[in-house]
Amino acid sequence: MIHLTFWDLAIASILIIMLAITSLLLQLNIARQLLVAATRNVIQLLLVGYILKLIFANTNLFYLGGIVTIMLLVAGFEINARQKYPLKRWIGFKIGTSALFLSSFAMALVALLVIVAPAPWYSPQYAIPLLGMLLGNTMNGISLGMDKLNQSVYQQRLIIEQRLMLGQDFQEVIHDIRAESIRTGMIPIINSMAIAGLVSLPGMMTGQILSGTPPVEAVKYQILLFFLITAGTGFGIMLAVSMIARRLFDDRQRLTLALLKIKR
Amino acid sequence: MADLTVKNLNLAAITTKLTQNFNFTTAGGQCLGVSGPSGIGKSVLLRAIADMLPHQGEIYLGELESQSVPAPQWRKKVALLPAESQWWFDRVGEHFSQYNDSLFQYFGFEQDVMNWQISHISSGEKQRLACIRVLMNEPQALLLDEPTANLDPQNQGLLETLITQYQSEHQLPVIWISHDLQQLEKVSDRLLYLIEGSYSISPVKPVLEGETA
Repeated sequence: MIHLTFWDLAIASILIIMLAITSLLLQLNIARQLLVAATRNVIQLLLVGYILKLIFANTNLFYLGGIVTIMLLVAGFEINARQKYPLKRWIGFKIGTSALFLSSFAMALVALLVIVAPAPWYSPQYAIPLLGMLLGNTMNGISLGMDKLNQSVYQQRLIIEQRLMLGQDFQEVIHDIRAESIRTGMIPIINSMAIAGLVSLPGMMTGQILSGTPPVEAVKYQILLFFLITAGTGFGIMLAVSMIARRLFDDRQRLTLALLKIKR
Repeated sequence: MADLTVKNLNLAAITTKLTQNFNFTTAGGQCLGVSGPSGIGKSVLLRAIADMLPHQGEIYLGELESQSVPAPQWRKKVALLPAESQWWFDRVGEHFSQYNDSLFQYFGFEQDVMNWQISHISSGEKQRLACIRVLMNEPQALLLDEPTANLDPQNQGLLETLITQYQSEHQLPVIWISHDLQQLEKVSDRLLYLIEGSYSISPVKPVLEGETA
C-alpha cells in the first residue's frame, strides 16, 4: 500500500484552487462555496480520522455506543432538513430516527453477528464504517420518500378528502401515494446497485482496491454492502413512510395536515 | 327513512364565528336549506355532520350516533356532496365499482359514459356524475354544499329537479347549502340562516303551505 504524504494532498488541493480561480474568472458565484466545502471536507475527515484512530486502539462497547448514538442523532436530524413540506420538528425527528434506528441497526447487527462476524463483534473497524454507510444511505432514502409523501398528500389533499367523503377507508385512500413514495425513496439505491461496475466503481471498492486489497475481495465486500444497504434502506423507508401516512389521519380517519410545517 | 338530528353540535374549536350550539332535526323526506353570509362557516357545519371535522356534540341518523360506527361507514350513510367534485383517475368508469343502470339513466347517461375521459367532461356532467357516485353508496341522508354553484342555469335546474325527485322517492333527509335564496325556496322546506354566534330556522314556504291547506 502506497502511503500518501502531506505533499500528495497539497498537490490535489492545488487542483481545487485552480478550479476556484477559474470559476471566479467566469463569475460563476460558486468559488466561495467550493472553498468552504473543501475546507470543511479536510477538517471533518481529519477529525474523524483521528477519532477513529483513537477508537480503533480501544475496542470498547461504550465508546462505540457513544459514537454510534451521535451518528444516529445527526442522521435523524438531517432527514427532516431540506424538505419541501417538512414534518413538525419533534415528530419528524422522532419518526425519522426510529425508522433509521430499527432498519440500519438491524442490518448492522446481522452483518456483525452473522456475516462478517469479527471478534469481538463490536470491533469498531467494522462496526463504524458499516453503520455509517447504512445510516447515510437509509437517511437519503427516508428523506426522499418523506418528501414525496408529504408533497403528494399536500397537493392532493382535496382528492384525499373527496375519497374519504365517499366513505373510502384511509388505507385505501393513501395506498397509491404511499407506494409511490416508497418507490421514490428506493430508486437511487436500486439504480446504483444495477449499474455498479458497468458505469462506475463504487466508492468503497475503489478505496479498498487503491489501498491494496485484491479486487475480488473488494468486490465481495462491495456486494455485501450493497445488499445490506438496499435492504436497510428499503425497510427504513417503508417504516418511516407508513408511520407518517398513518399519522396524517386522525382516529376518525380525517386528513390532518397539522403534522406538516406549512410555509405560508 | 330515518331523521337526521344534530344535538348540541359545537364548532367553536374550528372557527371563532360558530360559537353557538346547534340543535335541529331534519325529518326523512324533508330538506333543510342553509344560508348565511359567505365565510360564516356553512361548509364547516356540513363537514362536521359528515364527521370530516372534529366537533363536540352528537349527530344521529335515526337512533344511530355518528361516533358509534366507523367513520367510513358513517360517511356512506350521511353523504356529503361538495360544490366541486374531485376525480383522480383518467376515466369516469374507474371511479365506479359497478355500473348501475337505473342511476345512470336517471341522471341522463348511457353506459358509454364509463369510457369518457375526465378531462373532457363538462362541469354539468361532472356534477351529475358526482351525484351518481354519492348515491351509489345508498346514503340515508344527503348533505349538499352548493351543489349547483358551478353550473349554468339550465344544468342547475336539471340537477335541482333530479335531487329533489330522488329525495322524495327515497324519503331522505337533506341539508342543502346555497347562497341563492330563490333556489332554497324551490328545494327546501325550512331555512337555517347562519349568523355569527347564532342561527335561526324558519319555514320557507309559508304562503304556499297556507294556500294548499
